[in-house]
Amino acid sequence: MNSKGKEPFIHLTKRGAIPPVKAMMIRLFAVVIALIVCAFITGLTTGINPMEVYSSIIAGAFGSARKAWITFQDVSILLVISLALTIAFRMKFWNIGGEGQVLMGGLGAAACMICLGDKLPNAVVIVLMLISSLVLGGLWGFIPALCKSLWNTNETLSTLMMNYIATQLVLFYTIKWEVPKGSGKIGIINQDSHAGWLPQLFGSKYLLPIIVAVIVTVFVYVYIKYTKHGYEIRVVGESPKTSVYVGINLKKVFIRTMILSGALCGLVGLLLVGGINHTLTSTISDGRGFTAVLVSWMAQFNPFAMIATSFVIVFMDRGAGEIATRFDLNQSFGDILTGIILFFIIGCEFFINYEVHFRTGHKNAAGRKEAGSC
Amino acid sequence: MLGFLAFIPRAVAQSIPLLFGCTGEIVTEKSGNLNLGLPGVMYVGAISGVIGSFFYEGSVGAGEVNAALAILIPMLCCMAGSLLMGLIYSFLVVTLRANQNVTGLAMTTFGVGFGNFFGGSLIKLSGQDIPSISLSKTSTCFRASLPFAKSLGVVGEIFFSYGFLAYLAIVIALAVAFFFKKTRSGLHLRAVGENPATADAAGINVMKYKYLATCIGCVIAGFGGLYYVMDYACGIWSNDAFGDRGWLAIALVIFTLWKADLGIFASILFGGLYILYLYIPTGMDHMEMKELYKMIPYVVTLIVLIFTSMRNRREDQFPQSLGLNYFREER
Repeated sequence: MNSKGKEPFIHLTKRGAIPPVKAMMIRLFAVVIALIVCAFITGLTTGINPMEVYSSIIAGAFGSARKAWITFQDVSILLVISLALTIAFRMKFWNIGGEGQVLMGGLGAAACMICLGDKLPNAVVIVLMLISSLVLGGLWGFIPALCKSLWNTNETLSTLMMNYIATQLVLFYTIKWEVPKGSGKIGIINQDSHAGWLPQLFGSKYLLPIIVAVIVTVFVYVYIKYTKHGYEIRVVGESPKTSVYVGINLKKVFIRTMILSGALCGLVGLLLVGGINHTLTSTISDGRGFTAVLVSWMAQFNPFAMIATSFVIVFMDRGAGEIATRFDLNQSFGDILTGIILFFIIGCEFFINYEVHFRTGHKNAAGRKEAGSC
Repeated sequence: MLGFLAFIPRAVAQSIPLLFGCTGEIVTEKSGNLNLGLPGVMYVGAISGVIGSFFYEGSVGAGEVNAALAILIPMLCCMAGSLLMGLIYSFLVVTLRANQNVTGLAMTTFGVGFGNFFGGSLIKLSGQDIPSISLSKTSTCFRASLPFAKSLGVVGEIFFSYGFLAYLAIVIALAVAFFFKKTRSGLHLRAVGENPATADAAGINVMKYKYLATCIGCVIAGFGGLYYVMDYACGIWSNDAFGDRGWLAIALVIFTLWKADLGIFASILFGGLYILYLYIPTGMDHMEMKELYKMIPYVVTLIVLIFTSMRNRREDQFPQSLGLNYFREER
């Protein structure tokens, strides 16, 4: 005869499996609540009618053909970074160094454009840019992976530090290559000769990143799901002990995967420098290395779901930028809205993974009776 | 020699936000929560203090501010703001068992955005007609140093020339070190961070310790932001000025091997490294070298991180359950 006070008010159990439809419904519900809260907070802090806020978010992302193209271009950039990180995340290697890896890729591309731009044929320059950005990005993934595999160095913290080292390296070269001297920025590289500028596909300057993103998405999906490498990554992620037991070389998998992860981030650096901005700044990655962690996690590391999650983030971001200009607010308003939506999506995972039972007096009493009679 | 003596006070002033952040993060991490939202928390702490004192100064108008109120209002606002961030993090991570890295990064996005938004729009939102947020009156109260500091020459300059928050930072760091080394609750908290299941079996309320440690850690870290705005920046808010100090504070936690008393010296060292580039002569035609010198704190941290993992001494390791959430029924 237990006294009633001993039974906790809320009781949690871990769910076995949840139907994907139900999981999606929970997530959708969370996003809807998040949007309502966002509207409420927008109204409260700024006094703007929430409906107007949402209409300008849509206008900001899709208001004109150019805006829509830029939205899709941003989605593809964020998507490729997220995919790159995902490969590492699948083996539970917390690579939050996307920022630095992108910067190093951009640095490699910019170096080729500036130093070799007018000396070699354009095609050779572009091939060299590709190689150098992949190598530098890969190097930035290789170093933390090497430390992790040799000495079990905490990768979250080492990749974080690598970000700042990369930022300072880029700043160093920004001043070294600044045009004109003393301006502190590089400016548009090879503005007249267009040497090293990535080609425009079908006459559209926005198409190249989108096509790259599609290819990388399919590649990562196939790589993780259907190749031996991908299988090894998943085993290491699920249980490092099992992988040692079945003869997978942990060190090799760590290093190989992180080089690939870093190189894919480096590819983004190439796209940003060679294809989109045609210049190098230390903020070229714009925090997307961190945002990509969230994108990847929200999609549960599923490459195709990542298209949706990166779209949501970019959509909110560009929409919030529009709000900022239209209502003459600060640009950072978007970060607040994104943050709130993220909190809700993060929180709702709980209801997917756990089941909540409340204390209901008679029902539990009946349950105990049954248990007792057994 | 004179140059070096002038360097120390500036390094110390630079180090205080780092020390607050580092102490706060140590308390949080000892409970097993890796709070990557620290930069966001420090931003929110700073802007909450700014909002509080902005309205207080606004209500006083041209008259004199009451020193006690001018200090208490921003401090309470700062505590409330960073406590709220701590509660969001603890609720998501401890109660809802969300992924710590992801939650932390979301907190940073939110917190930095929150700070920059209100920092940039506070004037417009409150409908006042002033060019920028400049809380000089409040700042004067925060920066007030001991009256005899000036008369003591170099010694006064190095030891007594700071605002009260600087001494508070050191006191808190020492108190935290004492708490972990000498008190029973400190031992319990360490147990929670090392192995929550064992702690739970020993009758320690794991949820309570995790919540308390994270929230208190966030409040301590929030003071770092407040110190930066009110003391270091003389009450002038400018967006993104706080920079990457939050991340540097997280790096400092590794550097000190989770020892709060070591944090005092380490943060002064980092503060020095942070501004070292101002003191190394480069000449006008090699300005780019300064950017390389700015890299030093990060490289040093990375090397320390690698070295501690190489030596692999048990007392130097991070709390063993760091980054992992605890669910009682999953054992």
